[in-house]
Order: sequence, then C-alpha cells, then structure tokens
Amino acid sequence: MSQAFTKSMARNIFFGGTVFFFLLLVALTVDTMQVLPKRDHRENITPSVARGKHVWERNDCIGCHTLLGEGAYFAPELGNVYQRRGGEFIKAWMQAMPTKAPGRRQMPQFNLTPEELDDLVAFLKWSGEINTAKWPPNIEG
Amino acid sequence: MRYQSQAVAKPYFIAAIGLFVGQVLFGLIMGLQYVIGDFLFPAIPFNVARMVHTNLLIVWLLFGFMGSAYYLIPEEAETELFSPKLALLMFWVFLVAGALTIVGYLAVPYAALAKMTFNDLWPTMGREFLEQPLLTKLGIVVVALVFLFNISMTVLKGRKTSISLVLLMGLWGLAIFFLFSFYNPSNLVLDKYFWWWTVHLWVEGVWELILGALLAFVLIKVTGVDREIIEKWLYLIIAMTLVTGIVGTGHHYFWIGTPEYWQWFGSVFSALEPIPFFMMTVFAFNMVNRRRREHPNRAATLWALGTGVMAFLGAGVWGFLHTLAPVNYYTHGTQITSAHGHMSFYGAYVMVVLTMISYAMPMMRGRAANSDKAQVMEMWSFWLMTVSMVFITLFLTAAGILQVWLQRVSATPLGFMAAQDQVTLFYWLREISGLVFLVGLVLYIAHFFVGGASRKAA
Ligand code: HEM
Ligand code: HEM
Ligand SMILES: [Fe+2]
Repeated sequence: MSQAFTKSMARNIFFGGTVFFFLLLVALTVDTMQVLPKRDHRENITPSVARGKHVWERNDCIGCHTLLGEGAYFAPELGNVYQRRGGEFIKAWMQAMPTKAPGRRQMPQFNLTPEELDDLVAFLKWSGEINTAKWPPNIEG
Repeated sequence: MRYQSQAVAKPYFIAAIGLFVGQVLFGLIMGLQYVIGDFLFPAIPFNVARMVHTNLLIVWLLFGFMGSAYYLIPEEAETELFSPKLALLMFWVFLVAGALTIVGYLAVPYAALAKMTFNDLWPTMGREFLEQPLLTKLGIVVVALVFLFNISMTVLKGRKTSISLVLLMGLWGLAIFFLFSFYNPSNLVLDKYFWWWTVHLWVEGVWELILGALLAFVLIKVTGVDREIIEKWLYLIIAMTLVTGIVGTGHHYFWIGTPEYWQWFGSVFSALEPIPFFMMTVFAFNMVNRRRREHPNRAATLWALGTGVMAFLGAGVWGFLHTLAPVNYYTHGTQITSAHGHMSFYGAYVMVVLTMISYAMPMMRGRAANSDKAQVMEMWSFWLMTVSMVFITLFLTAAGILQVWLQRVSATPLGFMAAQDQVTLFYWLREISGLVFLVGLVLYIAHFFVGGASRKAA
C-alpha cells in the first residue's frame, strides 16, 4: 500500500463506515417493524399460540428440525407441517413416538398433555401462515 | 513472555483444548446418528448431542478468546494485567458453570432442565445455539463483564495500541450483542429477527475484529514487519468487514416473514463480505513474505497463514455460494448450510485460537519455540485437521446439492426422509473424515508432550 494512505485514514474509514452502516441497519429495522404486522398476522397470536411456542422451546424441537429453514437438518421442516399433514396427524404422530424402527432416525417421546398438544398445533398453524415470500419451494419443505 | 501476568492465559488455553475434544466427540456421535438413526437412542437423542456439540464449540472459543486477550493485552499495553487473581477466579467460575450446563443437558430431559432452572419465569431456552438455561446466560454476562473490566483497566493504565483497541471493541461487541439472547417474544418473526443480532453480528461482525486483532498480533511477532503497516491493514480489513457485514445480516431475512426488499439488501451486501476475508489472506501472505526476521516458531506461522486461507474458503467462498437470494431460496436450511457452518467456524475462529496458542504456549513454557520434533508433529496435526475439514465440507456440500435437487428442484419432489435415504453414502464419508479430524486433534494434544531441544526465549 502506498505511503500516502495512512493508518489514521484507514481508521477514519473504519469508524465512519461502521457508524453509517449500523444506522442503515437500524433504519431498515424500523421500517421492517412497521411492515411486519401485515406479514406475521400477529393478531392471530392467541394465548394458545404463545404457549405452543414455549412447548416448542421447552422440548428443543429446533435441535433436530428446521422452522422456516433455521435450526437443525436432521429431521423435516416444520414451518409448513400443518399445511402438509394437518393438526390431527401431528398430535397422533407425537403420541406414537418413538417408532423404534431399527436403524431409523428416532424422535423422542415428549409425554405432552392434551392441552400442550393443542397449543403446539396452534403454534405450528400460525407459523405456517406467516408470509415467507413463497418459501419453501414446495410442500415437502 | 514479557510480563508475569500473561501466564493466566495458560489455564484458559488448556480448558479450551479439553472442551474442543468433547465437541468433536459429540460431533462424531451425531455423524453416526445420521447413518445409524437409533445409535445411542434414547440415552443421547440427536438434539441433546447437537446442543452439547455447538455449545462446547462456543464456550471453548470464548475460553480461547479470553486466554488470547490475557496474553496479548499486557504485552501490547506494556504493563502487568490489572488483576491476575480476578482472571483466575473467572476462569473457575466459567469452567464450573460450563461443566454444570453440559451435565444438565446430558443428565435430564431438556424440558426437566427448563423446569429446574425456572425457564418459565423468563423463557430464553430452546433456541438454536442459545439453549443455555437463564442462569448460565447470566453467568456468561457476569464473566464477560469482569473479564472486560480487567483487560480494559489494563489498557487504560498502559500503552494504547490499535491492536488492543480493535480487540477491545470486538470483545465489548461480543458482550453487547449477546444481550439480544435475553429477548424472546411470542412472535416468532421478531424472535428470529433479533436472534440474528446475536448470531450473525457475532460471526460476521464483532468476532472478525477479534480475529483480525489476534492475527495482526501474531504476524507482528513472527515477521517483525513494522507495526504501522500491519495496523493500517487491520483497520482496512475490519472497515470492510463492518461496511459489508452489518447490512449483510439481511441474508438471513429472506424467508422468515420479513419484507422482500431484504432480498436486495441482504444479497448485495453479503455478496461483498468475502472481500475482507480475501484481504486477510493477502495480508497474512504479504507480511510473511516481507518478514524481517526468521522466527523459530514455524508452526505458528503456518497456523497464521492457514487461518487466512481457510477463513476465506469457509466464510468467503462457501458463504458466497448460498448467499444470493435466488440460490438461498433452494439451499436454505440444508446440508449446504452445515457445510459452510463447519468450514467457516473452523477456518476463522478455531484456527485463529490455535494460532494464538501455537505462538503463546511455548512462550509461557519459557521458550521461543518448541523443539523441531514437536513442531513437526504440530504441523502434521495442522494438515490432518485442515484437510479432513475440507473433506467434511466437500461431502456435506455433495449431500446438500443432492438433497436440494431431490427434495426441492425435481418435478416429483421426494419427502425429507426419503431424500435423506438417498445420500447416506456421503454421510458415511463425512463420518470417516471426522475420524481423521479426531486423529489430527489427538496428535495436536500429543505435540505438547514431545520433548527435544527447544529454542531459547528471545
Ligand atoms: C470432526 C467431526 C465433526 C462431525 C462428525 C460433526 C458433525 C456435526 C453434525 C452432524 C451437526 C448437526 C447438523 C444438523 O443439524 O443436522 C453439526 C453441527 C455443527 N458443527 Fe460439527 N461436526 C464435527 C466437527 C466440528 C468442528 C471441528 C466444528 C467447528 C469448527 C463444528 C461446528 C459445527 C457447527 C457450527 C454446527 C452447527 C451448524 C449449523 O447450524 O449449520 N463441527 N456437526
Ligand atoms: C467466519 C465467518 C462465518 C461463520 C462462522 C459463519 C457461520 C454460519 C453458520 C453456523 C450458519 C448456520 C446458522 C444456522 O444454524 O441457522 C451460517 C449461515 C449462513 N451464512 Fe455464514 N458464517 C460466516 C460468514 C459468512 C459469510 C462471509 C457469508 C456470505 C458471503 C455467509 C453466508 C451465510 C448464509 C447465506 C447463511 C444462511 C444459510 C441458510 O439459509 O440456511 N456466512 N453461517
Ligand atoms: Fe450471516
């Protein structure tokens, strides 16, 4: 690098650039927060949906599955599982675990109560209705 | 070693390496569960193995960063550490808290752990990488603050260099952005949006400042190149990092409910994120070529060059591969993500910590460099771990491309589990590469115990 370009110039670019682009992130975030209610349909977050999210978290479902494409890649996407399978199937599935099929990936038995199962399904239904810009590409997730 | 108190780095480095072994063992367990689904079930379900694997990674890297800072800051500030006692105390607090957390994951079902630790009062658990109970999260904050106080006070009473300033900014940023892990609203979209302010703004933001500062420090030491030149590079690199990486957060806002304009902001800015990683590689090679002395620790130089190259490959190239929205539409949340996650974490953060250890550990043991025999063994471990990580990445990428094709592109898409059955071969190959990685790691540990004539301290 040439001598004319000094360390203090580099430092100024660093501080100036960081402040500017952090403010841009904040501005975009403020705008996103204005638009989100129309996309996440938060009016449909009932107490049951909120409890369902905690059931999801308490049992660390994200440790095997993805939800809207984020999480682990060991088991299927669940952001659209309500659309793929329906609520009754999900509840029956949870109760039938583990399959104990030899050599097959196993999902634990979480011993959820009927209320917890309802809450979980409500949460997954609400998650499936978020406007995700047409992701995933197809119903298989 | 110029200052007595730099020695507090030693227990931090030893703990880091110990936890690294645990991390890799749990990786191998999961790798086997990928092909033999019921392996160790129900004793260790996959999700438990995964939180142990990823949390050990984060915790040992934090041990590595803290140890590095305790070694670097006194030398840069040209004064003893503000309080070595405090540093040692925090070491034990962090180690015990970390160990208890891992034991908790393994000993009781996660839901029981959540209940025992009063997660209901302030739910923060059950989110990827942030699985720790509230108490552990608070513990991390306390340890981080005491650590930051200690090194900030040291810098305040001593010489203030650009390297220690950049390191301090990175470490303060690490603590500040971790605070977003305490925010967990019922609205999943908001939860995800700010979850990335911890995760992305760590690895593609403030951690890169730590990375740059540590690399710059070791390069000054092993090459003897003028500090002015090295620090100029450092500022330019981290300027590019934050100019691209902050708004680059948008590459995670394509499909989680956020507005479509993020597809533009996220794609454009994150596509530029490889630039600072490329600069880091050029920087490392340039400085080594212009070296003014032959440092006897050739292994440390190898690690420093390797960090530049592998960080560029893992973060720069494998990141770019899936960062444009039209590509990410298909690859989002697949084995391609995992491939990138492995090589980037290894190439950038694992390697920079091992670079620091490679340089500092002999110094703390009273010599400029280890014996030739020990260095040769260390270099073998470098190549075994690095090459096997390249293969892990390649096999996961192959699995990922097939997965995307079978499950998302094909006119007759397969279900997730059916697609997984088709790519088993690559999971076996990944597991074999993982075993080679473990051999490299064992060799790495063994090199500390190899004797022979060592080089005198400079
Ligand atoms: C060497 C043997 C290793 C094996 C067999 C292995 C295996 C795995 C597996 C199976 C997963 C879970 C993927 C999923 O969610 O389905 C995982 C996740 C992860 N591992 Fe490893 N791992 C190994 C070493 C490492 C090393 C050395 C690092 C750090 C450099 C690392 C960093 C990670 C990270 C960051 C994740 C989370 C990835 C993501 O969320 O995309 N692993 N690993
Ligand atoms: C050292 C720096 C980096 C590290 C340690 C890192 C690590 C990771 C990890 C662990 C994930 C998975 C997160 C999850 O589990 O959901 C991820 C995702 C991602 N990374 Fe990086 N990354 C780095 C740099 C980059 C760069 C420079 C780019 C772009 C050029 C990039 C692009 C991406 C993208 C697009 C995703 C989302 C993948 C998906 O949609 O599934 N990363 N990264
Ligand atoms: Fe990112």
